[in-house]
Amino acid sequence: MSAVPLARQHPVRAMVDFYVTAMRTQVQTQFQYRAAAYMYLVGMVAEPVIYLVVWTTIAKQQGGEVQGITVGQFAAYYIVWTLVRNMNIVFTPYGWEWRIREGQFSAALLRPLHPIHYDIAEFAGGKLIWVVLYLPIAAGLTLIFDPDLSVTPLEVCVFFVAIWGAYLIRTMLLWLLGMVTFWTTRGSAIFETYIMAELLLSGRLVPLKLMPEWTQSVADFLPFQWAFYFPIQTLVGDLPAGELLGGLGMQVLWIAVGSFLVWICFRASVSKYSAVGN
Amino acid sequence: MAAVDVSELTKVFRVPEREAGLRASMRALFQRRHRDVRAVDSISFAIGGGEVVGFLGPNGAGKTTTLKMLSGLLYPTAGEARVLGFVPSRRERDFLRQITLVMGNRNQLQWDLPALDSFELNRAIYRVAREDFRRLRDELIELLDVGDLVRKPVRNLSLGERMKVEIVGSLVHRPQVLFLDEPTIGLDVTMQKRIRSFVAEYNRRYEATVLLTSHYMADVEALCRRVIVIHHGRILFDGPLTQLGSQFAGYKTIEVALANGAADLSRYGDVLERDADRVKLRVEKADASRVTALLLSEQEVIDLTIEDPPIEDVIELVFAEASE
Repeated sequence: MSAVPLARQHPVRAMVDFYVTAMRTQVQTQFQYRAAAYMYLVGMVAEPVIYLVVWTTIAKQQGGEVQGITVGQFAAYYIVWTLVRNMNIVFTPYGWEWRIREGQFSAALLRPLHPIHYDIAEFAGGKLIWVVLYLPIAAGLTLIFDPDLSVTPLEVCVFFVAIWGAYLIRTMLLWLLGMVTFWTTRGSAIFETYIMAELLLSGRLVPLKLMPEWTQSVADFLPFQWAFYFPIQTLVGDLPAGELLGGLGMQVLWIAVGSFLVWICFRASVSKYSAVGN
Repeated sequence: MAAVDVSELTKVFRVPEREAGLRASMRALFQRRHRDVRAVDSISFAIGGGEVVGFLGPNGAGKTTTLKMLSGLLYPTAGEARVLGFVPSRRERDFLRQITLVMGNRNQLQWDLPALDSFELNRAIYRVAREDFRRLRDELIELLDVGDLVRKPVRNLSLGERMKVEIVGSLVHRPQVLFLDEPTIGLDVTMQKRIRSFVAEYNRRYEATVLLTSHYMADVEALCRRVIVIHHGRILFDGPLTQLGSQFAGYKTIEVALANGAADLSRYGDVLERDADRVKLRVEKADASRVTALLLSEQEVIDLTIEDPPIEDVIELVFAEASE
């Protein structure tokens, strides 16, 4: 050993290296718990299946469709929904409470890297496994519910970009909520209110098209639909190319807004950090 | 320039307070009470590059709070701190790349993976070039003799084994300032010694600055020539370890072996221990020479040693005095 300064990587190369390494680490971790991950995924399917059964029943009672959405289209919507939901699972305020209480966030703050990068990389790595595990479930749902789905290559390409956009938007939103934990260790209470708004305004509970017009107007000014409804619609909505690309633009806009707010709030929040529990 | 420079550093925590019971709980809904706790109270000190300093104090004295302020985890309420010329609370990346905070009771490694994977992740986080990283990692592994451990999942390691790999993980970016908070807590004597010798070697090779808290005086005696004693957030002593005894302990111990082991020596001083023909006496420091001369002239002495009191006793005395 010698005291010669260590060679440092170029910042851009280093950031790519970090993301690859952190994602790889998370993939390895997920391999350790593949059975648990699978059971978690199976449990997660319960929510869309309930929605799907309810809407299928209503559609059949109304002559095969609800406001122009057929039984097969409902099936397509909620099967794609499960994949989008897989992608936009991120660190929740419950997780924030845990990591602050257990002192894990202190370790994150000591790193020469904004902690959001670690969260993004960690969950992104996990998704690589979850999506692979999810594919047989999606095949099973397809066999059972017979979705009406025909897609173009452009739609598939936009979908693959949009699900990562959805992931980043929801990461920013829940980071903003999570940072409430710097002021109170019970930030999860606010999360419950957030979930209610998200259910109604994102297309998570029902396709936005079925919501009252005023609700759709409100949703247009909020980020929720760009993390749920839009990525689903890229595959099931038969959207023209302009709308597909416009939707990606909206995602970029909300990611930029979210990043800015996270940056501002994080600076204010860290000064409040009391490093409790460690 | 000092590696660590602290001036009037203060941290006040505002903590909620209420009595126990349902009534107090209901009252707290409408009328919240808070109390300001001065965890660190206007402390000042400087540590030169390459120094190893012991930071001593009882639980709740303000040691960990100080370390957290110096590593940028906590914002000071008042005063200033500079570490390697950086203001820690600004948490600049160049600063964070040059320090580490090791907490003896915290795990910062990936629980389910072998420690080697966590080291690799730390390499990427600290932007260390692969070649330098491999060389440094292997040297640290060899120095702490953890070659067999780094391939096991961290969750399968014992507390002591985990602490050793934790230390390697904390140093793969080769920090210049080490804040070590109870690094040997809960470890057996052999493991404590190993970590002590490792810290000493790291300090020697890299001229790294070390600020160490420990409740084990053996750690402090083995590593630190200088100690800072803190109590109730205030510094009680800052100086050489050897001076601590002379400043705070007004007595010396005389251990004497007698031909007549049954002799009563209580008139020479307080008898602390008696074991066969050996007696340990405590005498006022000013009287030590006179009592020694009397013992030698009046008793049949086989062997006699005069010592400062053990450092544990001195520290205990310092805290007891400060609490009064």
